[in-house]
Amino acid sequence: MSREPTALGASEDPRSVALRAVSSTVKTGAMGLIGLANPSRFLAFSHRLLQVLVPVTLAAFAAGLYLAFFVAPDDYQQGATVRIMFIHVPAAWLGMMCWALMSIAALGTLVWRHPLADVALKAAAPIGAAFTFICLFAGSMWGRPMWGTYWVWDARLTSVLIMFLMYLGLIALWRAVDDPSRAGRAAAILALVGAVNLPIIKFSVDWWNTLHQPASVIRLGGPTIHPAILLPLLVMVVAFTLLFITLHVSAMRNEILRRRVRTLRLMQAEAA
Amino acid sequence: MRLSAHDLVCVRGDRLVFADLDFHVDTGELLAIRGPNGAGKTSLLRSIAGLVQLAAGRIELADADPELTVAEQAHYLGHRDALKPSLSVAENLAFWARYLGSGGTQPAEALEAVGLASLAALPAGYLSAGQRRRLSVARLLAAYRPIWLLDEPTSTLDAAAQARLADIMRRHLAGGGLILAATHGQLGLDGTRELILGEAP
Amino acid sequence: MDALAALLVRDMRLAVRVGGGALVGVLFFLIVVTIVPLGVGPDLALLARIGPAILWIGALLASLLALDRLLAADHDDGSLDLILTGRAPLELAVAVKALAHWVTTSLPLVIAAPALGLFLNLEPGAIGAVALTLLVGTPALTFIGLIGAALAVALRRGGLLLPVLVLPLTIPILIFGVAASNAAIVGPVPFGPPFAILGALTLLSLVVGPYAAAAALRHGLE
Repeated sequence: MSREPTALGASEDPRSVALRAVSSTVKTGAMGLIGLANPSRFLAFSHRLLQVLVPVTLAAFAAGLYLAFFVAPDDYQQGATVRIMFIHVPAAWLGMMCWALMSIAALGTLVWRHPLADVALKAAAPIGAAFTFICLFAGSMWGRPMWGTYWVWDARLTSVLIMFLMYLGLIALWRAVDDPSRAGRAAAILALVGAVNLPIIKFSVDWWNTLHQPASVIRLGGPTIHPAILLPLLVMVVAFTLLFITLHVSAMRNEILRRRVRTLRLMQAEAA
Repeated sequence: MRLSAHDLVCVRGDRLVFADLDFHVDTGELLAIRGPNGAGKTSLLRSIAGLVQLAAGRIELADADPELTVAEQAHYLGHRDALKPSLSVAENLAFWARYLGSGGTQPAEALEAVGLASLAALPAGYLSAGQRRRLSVARLLAAYRPIWLLDEPTSTLDAAAQARLADIMRRHLAGGGLILAATHGQLGLDGTRELILGEAP
Repeated sequence: MDALAALLVRDMRLAVRVGGGALVGVLFFLIVVTIVPLGVGPDLALLARIGPAILWIGALLASLLALDRLLAADHDDGSLDLILTGRAPLELAVAVKALAHWVTTSLPLVIAAPALGLFLNLEPGAIGAVALTLLVGTPALTFIGLIGAALAVALRRGGLLLPVLVLPLTIPILIFGVAASNAAIVGPVPFGPPFAILGALTLLSLVVGPYAAAAALRHGLE
């Protein structure tokens, strides 16, 4: 596996180095995961990928939102507010999928030492946190007409809230350490520990909820999934997934560029 | 201006570091403080700077600003460089120039004098040990105080930087300052008096 | 004085730039508010009743636990030595540092409190009362905590020592803060008297804190 070739010659124009990297990517055309381990190749590849992803994501959202708001029927119990489910449920899924992705990236950092693994991990965390927050916010908005409050401590919302706190903790850990590779390893360990703990937390919160079960509980999942709701829901899940990939790839690009700035500064200090 | 010390006694923990210490330094003079490690060089400088209480003795400053204490007319350069890594070189220097006040060269010129002008916008965390030391020397210039208390000023500096420091010290002495410097090596200035700690009385 | 203004700006800049900063305090506050219902049970009526107390205790712990770096960071890199040789009085210098700390750490807690009040099912009136008492009371927490921070630097001890030293001193602030909040919600006791006492405690701490902290630093440094 190649190490990050971000060291530029002190006398070289960074732009000419970048141009050389892009042209060599076009020449080789190799697209395997190992080929992408080179950050310059990744930047070139991701640039082209985003040009495809962004319109596809927008199209998926257009289709999903149309289905959700015009095709899916009202719920007999909750009325039109059930449509928030089309945002709340996919967001919850993405929050969990993102942590699974971070765990794989964490293994990539610690076990396989893939150079871009910690970039992937760092880029994913804020996006996962954002999706989880959307899930909580949508859940709160959904619940307000039903419960009369903005929040209840039901099992699913509480589990998602704890996952949100763990996301924020991971981000805080990363920001607390200056050196990117040390920060990456610490965050990778925390991500894996979190991955092991999240099922345990979910299980204990479910059990906690049954202990304190109040008389009337409305399951936030709503009634059993009606087929007419299933298709819009799936389309929205696909749309959210595409959105996640788009955001993640963009964030990885930004992180690679940020590290280049850092390297340039280090070189500036050494040259002085 | 004359800085004089009479019968200084310093106790650290249960250990007597030095006793019956007398010396004086006049304007334009450099006093090099020598001695083995643990002899009390750092404690002496810190006590003049007002950071350490002496067990006994007096430190007096004649022909100086009567409103200010000795410490308030001294600039202490210790082992640690008082730099915040997340602030830029220029921001660090500008802060100390404002906080320690009382004039001095402009921060930009001070950076020029120590050869760090090209790194002014760089976060201080990126600097090497020698560069951090040079930034501390720039601080001496940017926040003017007549008395300089330097603790091992040449440590981590290469030969070129040491020569620059010697020039800066010469100019300070010529401009009416006085310097006490704890050091193991040579400072490169002529006419240096020495105070040797750790010898049997 | 220009020197003190420079110190205030520098401390606030550092708090914002150094990783996490204010947001870690808010995150801690959020975590405390989350774990209470997990311990106590999700009964919304109960949570609404103890809500002001939970918010006050969370804010108290969050602002205290962030305090140990207030002076220790400057001590470790040698900045504290130079601050001591400055011409501004040390009492004012530490007061300015405490002020910067309050703005960047405690004020975000006060701003976050209303959102957290929603988690605890508090009424808007209750949320307003808690936020107001926190706004008036958290400076007292910071300025008294300053004393602990100075002692911890002077004695070169960290960890739980600082909270152990400071928490008893903050009890009156907690009592009157919660009392004022509850008075606004439930009353029979009117809001005014406990709130006024809270304000008086804060004003007192603005004076006592810096003086005690400066004394601790002067006697403790070697």
